[in-house]
Amino acid sequence: MMVNIKPKSGAHIGAKASVSHIMWQVMLALMPATVFGLWLFGWPAINLFIVTVLSAIFFEAVCIRLQGRAVKPVIMDGSAILTAWLLAMTLPPWAPWWVGVVGSALAIILGKQVYGGLGQNLFNPAMLARVALLISFPIELTTWANVSPLFFSNSPGLIESWHITFSGIDNLDATTGATILGYIKTEFSQNHLLSESLKEYSGLLNFIGWGRGSLSETSVILLGAGGVWLLRQGIIQWHIPASLLLTVAIFASIFHLIDDQHYVSPMLHLSSGGLILTAFFIATDYVTSPNTPTGQIVFGAGCGFLIFVIRTWGAYPEGAAFAVLLMNSATPLIDYYIRPRIYGRDRQGKPLEITKS
Amino acid sequence: MLSFFTKPRIRGGVHAEGYKELTSADKIISTFPLPKTLYIPLQQHVGKPAEPLIRVGDKVLKGQLLAYSQGLISSPVHAPSSGIILDVNEYPAPHPSALPIRMIVLETDGKDEWIKPPIVDDPFQLTPEDISLRVGAAGIVGLGGATFPTAVKLNMGRENSIDTLIINGAECEPYLSCDDRLMQERADQIIDGVRLMLHGMESDRAVVAIEDNKPQAFYAMQTAARPYPLIKVIQIPTRYPMGWDRQLIRYVTGKEVPVGCRSSEIGVTIHNISTAHAVHNAIRKGQPLVSRVVTVSGGAVRRPMNVEIPLGTLISEVFAFCEVDLEQTARIIMGGPMMGDALPHTGLPTVKATSGVLALTESELKSTDVQPCIRCASCVTVCPAGLRPLDMANNIRMNQLDAAVDLGLKDCISCGCCSYICPSNIPLVQYFKYASGEVVARQQAQHKSEQTKRLMDDRNARMERIARQQEEEESIRIAAKVERERIKAEQAAAAAAAEAEAEAAQETLV
Repeated sequence: MMVNIKPKSGAHIGAKASVSHIMWQVMLALMPATVFGLWLFGWPAINLFIVTVLSAIFFEAVCIRLQGRAVKPVIMDGSAILTAWLLAMTLPPWAPWWVGVVGSALAIILGKQVYGGLGQNLFNPAMLARVALLISFPIELTTWANVSPLFFSNSPGLIESWHITFSGIDNLDATTGATILGYIKTEFSQNHLLSESLKEYSGLLNFIGWGRGSLSETSVILLGAGGVWLLRQGIIQWHIPASLLLTVAIFASIFHLIDDQHYVSPMLHLSSGGLILTAFFIATDYVTSPNTPTGQIVFGAGCGFLIFVIRTWGAYPEGAAFAVLLMNSATPLIDYYIRPRIYGRDRQGKPLEITKS
Repeated sequence: MLSFFTKPRIRGGVHAEGYKELTSADKIISTFPLPKTLYIPLQQHVGKPAEPLIRVGDKVLKGQLLAYSQGLISSPVHAPSSGIILDVNEYPAPHPSALPIRMIVLETDGKDEWIKPPIVDDPFQLTPEDISLRVGAAGIVGLGGATFPTAVKLNMGRENSIDTLIINGAECEPYLSCDDRLMQERADQIIDGVRLMLHGMESDRAVVAIEDNKPQAFYAMQTAARPYPLIKVIQIPTRYPMGWDRQLIRYVTGKEVPVGCRSSEIGVTIHNISTAHAVHNAIRKGQPLVSRVVTVSGGAVRRPMNVEIPLGTLISEVFAFCEVDLEQTARIIMGGPMMGDALPHTGLPTVKATSGVLALTESELKSTDVQPCIRCASCVTVCPAGLRPLDMANNIRMNQLDAAVDLGLKDCISCGCCSYICPSNIPLVQYFKYASGEVVARQQAQHKSEQTKRLMDDRNARMERIARQQEEEESIRIAAKVERERIKAEQAAAAAAAEAEAEAAQETLV
């Protein structure tokens, strides 16, 4: 009756998981923070988000078409949409449309497809695009819109938003400013101490995300909730987020205790600049992070350390993307040196000694 | 976090959906109609195949020896019922390839008449060596699926004077419940078998380990073991592959079996509960291993059950009895769904290793829609052996088998956890089995070419030697000839001189 069965070996049954299921779960976890961010920065942010996601789908489709493969199943796995989604979340909310398009092209084509598509890339595509944009278009990428929630009087209307997205912001000084980390960095350059520059800073507002920053990386509470939900769903493991956040917190605490006028507090570190987004959603990218628990702890700690170093002493106020890319490049090395111990063998791979009682 | 510092007792593994309730609630069916013909493979165990000692046309009784074990690691085969030997020939094996192997074909006479069994009054008066001999003669092999001859294991246990005998009642494979039912219904016999094994190994401590999803089996076994304080019955967490012998050994004793060693070398031996049951039957009743309890289950089975069947019964007959809907059957599996093999058709016999026969529907099977690997590392997390399946598969895909071997290909136990968990539906175990086979084939090919080269070199050396010898002989012959000619010439010269002298003398005379 039935000949030629494939596969012949087990397991014949399997866990109900699929690549697209994982991607959609991650997007679901991102949803609260994204919706909050889109509301916080109004129509221009919504325009940018849509442009970024649609262009990512377009570039992915073009690449798959060039490979002569069926486009629809690849788009439906959700990986391109997730990449664009993450990229959009880290862009300045009122950035012009072409930033989204160029970013998506960089992420999908240079970040992913030239390596051979899903699962083959060395660097996190969203972060690669983010860094390439930041270096190429520093002004657009550091123009942070003021908080202007939808349905509030200072929020631009739909028509006005098209003007902002497609031909630029007219009244820069009135509608934009610096992020808190950027502001502190500028203040330092003018020899102001932290106690002066943080006079108007409110920890609580920063915590819920009510402040200037990327499209939707500002809300610690919503991103944290999404991350914890992903942990509970078993989509991500605790190793990377925990080691990353802990490393930043430890270094920030030590330096803050030594000199609280020049080193910001660990709370401000943790609640700023997309650290939570990086810890739960970006550094945990399967493809570009190590695949053993110990390796993931090393990776997370490395990211955390680099973020702290770049933020504190680097030229950029914000270091997450650079830190993640640097650690991405170390991933093959980490995986080479940190391997699980094989049953019945020692760490070097030699058979264990016989221990008979 | 703590697991980071202490040695974990369980590593990896998956929580597979059990589906055991399909069969675990009902009693073992012992009314299976005796098949007309039985196909008894000569190799149902690890080691050398048995050698037949009957002839076609012979009349045999149930339990009669059909083929004797040959070599150190082997096991005999007995008649599962009474009848006449129809054939000794090659028939399709219960293996994914269904390639032919040697089998004895027995036509049953319906009487199911036992040979007169040799019964001992008190087996504990027997010497331990005698227990091993009887277990070996009864054709008992590891019934958990490994089919290693039990007598050999008993001997190794005795020689290494082991301190713990672990009885494996984990039955971690989904769907299967034959061990569960056996423990519930025949706990006393199993415990007796355990005591006999302990006697056979001159050991006195046993631990019966049962997964905690079988509380009734646990209580039955605990009750049966109560009179014997040195037999401990414990519950272990339900987690596939808890029944992997080395995982269980680590869980129970905290010790790891080094690679390349037998567990008896670290003082532990592990046997399955159905093996203990078979030992009881062999020693107490004098019955060799001729039947076993098999779980027949799966979505396409209308009457899923645990049924005791004679070895050699064709799967088609088992399926007919259990009313399997072949239309709905997407895959036939011998064994459990994690480690079992898919069979191409139902015309194959059940053997000593057959713990289950499953007829699964399409919806029960793992999807075969293979997606690219996203390096999610679930396979690394679930691997109980501590391997990195994704890297091994990548190397195998690129035909770098040596690199895969370096990563630990030979330490893979084919438990199927990685294939089970993979969100991209990559058939990882299939890769590893292919690569293992290919590595062996390549080594054999290399060995063969080395042998051929050695033979060629030998031949060339021999030919050279012969040529050299011939040359030498030739030169000796030439030298001899030259010498002969020289002597001849000298003689001729001498003769000529003598003649000339004589002539001169004559002339002077004249």
